[in-house]
Amino acid sequence: MNALIAFLTDPWQLPFMQRAFAVAAVIGAVCGVVGVYVVLRGMAFIGDAVAHSAFPGVALAYAFQGNLLLGGAAAGITTAVLIAFVSQNRRLKEDTVIGVFFAFAFGLGIVLVSTRDSWTTDLSSFLFGQVLAVSAADVWTVAVIGAVLVLVVLAIGKELVAVSLDRETARAAGLPVFRLDLTLYVLVTTTIVMSLEAVGNILVLALLITPAATARMLTERLWAMTLLASAIGCLGSTAGLYVSYAYDLAAGGSVVVVLTGFFVLTWLLAPRHGLLAKIVRRPDAAPPVTTGP
Amino acid sequence: MADGTDPLLRLTGATVALGGRTVLEAADLSVGAGELVALIGPNGAGKTTLLRAALGLVPLSAGEVAVEGRTGRRAGQGAGYVPQRHEFAWDFPIDIAGAVLTGRTRRVGWLRRPDAADRAAVEEALELTGLTGLRRRPVGELSGGQRQRVLVARALAAGPRILLLDEPFTGVDVPTQELLNELFGRLAAEGRGLLMTTHDLAAAARTCGRVVLLNRTVVAQGGPELLADPDRMLRAFGLDRAIGTVAAP
Repeated sequence: MNALIAFLTDPWQLPFMQRAFAVAAVIGAVCGVVGVYVVLRGMAFIGDAVAHSAFPGVALAYAFQGNLLLGGAAAGITTAVLIAFVSQNRRLKEDTVIGVFFAFAFGLGIVLVSTRDSWTTDLSSFLFGQVLAVSAADVWTVAVIGAVLVLVVLAIGKELVAVSLDRETARAAGLPVFRLDLTLYVLVTTTIVMSLEAVGNILVLALLITPAATARMLTERLWAMTLLASAIGCLGSTAGLYVSYAYDLAAGGSVVVVLTGFFVLTWLLAPRHGLLAKIVRRPDAAPPVTTGP
Repeated sequence: MADGTDPLLRLTGATVALGGRTVLEAADLSVGAGELVALIGPNGAGKTTLLRAALGLVPLSAGEVAVEGRTGRRAGQGAGYVPQRHEFAWDFPIDIAGAVLTGRTRRVGWLRRPDAADRAAVEEALELTGLTGLRRRPVGELSGGQRQRVLVARALAAGPRILLLDEPFTGVDVPTQELLNELFGRLAAEGRGLLMTTHDLAAAARTCGRVVLLNRTVVAQGGPELLADPDRMLRAFGLDRAIGTVAAP
């Protein structure tokens, strides 16, 4: 028992771990909320593109000694807006446009990096995350941005739902579908850039997608899915940090491995839609899908 | 014309060009209160385009749309739209009542929560479509006919007097068709106007008071007996020319 208490409390003695826990918990919760729309709208690829396209902005900010987060955000949001705008061309499918910009942005980032050897160490922290090195100011930045993101999602929730359900009908009813799409892109981008420092460019997608995907298997209610995704993100990030601390493993990677563990367990064991439930359920006791008119 | 009353929907010389091609040309059409009108024509005749033009979803290159007498870019917002079923994300985690409430999103307004009037409108729409008992059921678990009724209820929730329905009978079984027929008849009897595109000529002949034959423009319109007029049907479906070509040696 004492060992368990020690396991749970030990990391909290260290100020850098306190900051890491705070940042990871906030990022996990916020990514869960925003991730619900990423998963329901099938925007995983967009998220990936935005995460990678923040890279040249970070490189530029570093070169000119600007704020790395602001640089990444500017590049990511510019790319997101360009994607939304260029994919209005009916001849190009959205994923094609995303592929073009995503590859370009990442290539540009690499070109910028390759001009100076000394960049590699610092930039690698942006690719793979450095949650154990966040400052107190970073904790506040993430907390404030995270709170704003969640408030915006809640504020335009019913409009986002109407557009996600049926774009054309929403447009016919007079909702500004393009501007709502743009807002969602900007929300996703901001979430990603905010999370970059903790889990890195490559792994941020897991925080955005995995908790929301896990929650989707557990409920048919949007509010429940949002709460669950947020709780799973928060819990998984914290648990990942414990694992990383206890076994001396990379923090960002541990968070993602724990989150994916939750996902796999849910996929197997979810009460209604899990694999086990499908095997156990006899064919004549199929779920109550009505077939009448 | 709608028996001397003001039409709920009127298209005058409506012309739509998409990608440089004229898809709809000088279409004249009106739907009055209490009317159930079928829009019939072959694939690519411009049926869906006509609905989308009426809703203001595609711009007119010529002509005018009036909904309840109002014209202009936003006129179509007064109409209720029932799209084809595949337009709706049925895998979204929402129940029937929630989906129907999204029909009032614009009326509820930004940063506001639905009030008693909104909830009452949803209840009425559920009642009209016979979905009251299923209100808490997730939309992903519904049959084709139930889904069609959800789309109708969602459109009704905003309280429109004119409903535009795109292929409501496609892919639903016969009992559902009868149920929808009865529902559409009731909505018309209450003074609403309905315009529906359909491939189902038999259903159109049975239920619609008027049929409009469309092939890029309005070829003919009249009572359901029009569907039994071979010449006009051949012309509407472009078969007069096709058969002419085939018959020529």
